Amino acid sequence: MTTTQHHDEQLAPELTGLQLVDKPDGPGAAMMISAGFGIFVLGLLTVLGEASTGMSTWLAKWQWGQGVGGLAGKTTVASIAYFVSLAVLWVIWRAKDVNVKMAFYVGLALGVLGAIATYPTVFEQFAP
Amino acid sequence: MELTSRETWAVIHGLVLGTIYLLAFGGALAGLWSLRPGLVSTAGLTERMKRLYVGFGVMAVTAWLTVITGSWIVYPWYREKLAGDDFATCAGLDVPSAACSPRDFLLSNASGNTEEWHKLGMEWKEHIGWAAPLLATSAFLLVVYYGPRLTSRPWLRTAVIVMLVGGFAAAVVAGGFGAFINKVSPIV
Repeated sequence: MTTTQHHDEQLAPELTGLQLVDKPDGPGAAMMISAGFGIFVLGLLTVLGEASTGMSTWLAKWQWGQGVGGLAGKTTVASIAYFVSLAVLWVIWRAKDVNVKMAFYVGLALGVLGAIATYPTVFEQFAP
Repeated sequence: MELTSRETWAVIHGLVLGTIYLLAFGGALAGLWSLRPGLVSTAGLTERMKRLYVGFGVMAVTAWLTVITGSWIVYPWYREKLAGDDFATCAGLDVPSAACSPRDFLLSNASGNTEEWHKLGMEWKEHIGWAAPLLATSAFLLVVYYGPRLTSRPWLRTAVIVMLVGGFAAAVVAGGFGAFINKVSPIV
């Protein structure tokens, strides 16, 4: 377990009076990566749903008769992926100082890839 | 002066929740942007953080409510297949009807060249809109977790702003297409 001193009070003297306890960056890194991961899963399922009839059918099973279609599976699974990855990474990194800049860039890359995959011109390229 | 049940839900999804989200975004961005050393006193920080927690929290909750009402309540009405493969019951219509859903109406081109509103607009909107609550939730958690410490960490503050704006951009795409599509082919 490692926790670093961030020297917040030296960088912003206004914080001195607040008596803040130093916090590890692990949970912050988990929040950044999980958001990107959730969007990546959304994009991946959008592509897979277009490419595979079997996957499209499976995604539509998540609609529980509400008429939402495959969108139900894509968004529900992506949301579950987001919350599960957030919880798992948060627990694993709760007392560790993870490189939060690297975590941000990983989350950003995952998020951008996922967002691109949700664009119709892109995911339609995978249609059989 | 009345609205049908479907029109009411479309208004709640797009106008009411969208407006709250937009207002919360403006406040959250302004509050976070100026959270810098030398600009806020110790007492001011305490007051500012309470507003930021509420603002980011409202954004996250509103984003979830918007996509859930949109996907699970309004979208099924939009995508009903009522007109068959040839969209015969859409012929001659100016707006969707009980025999021609908004999706059918757009794809039928019964009122001009409208099918791209579905093939590009709705297909993109229904997916990308879900990026907004994920980013808004993580941004909210980051603000709550780091709290006033964001004042002394400009890089971290910028990262949260990028997530905040990214989520807002996704909401703008979804909301923008939603407004135009509901103009061309309203939920009735």
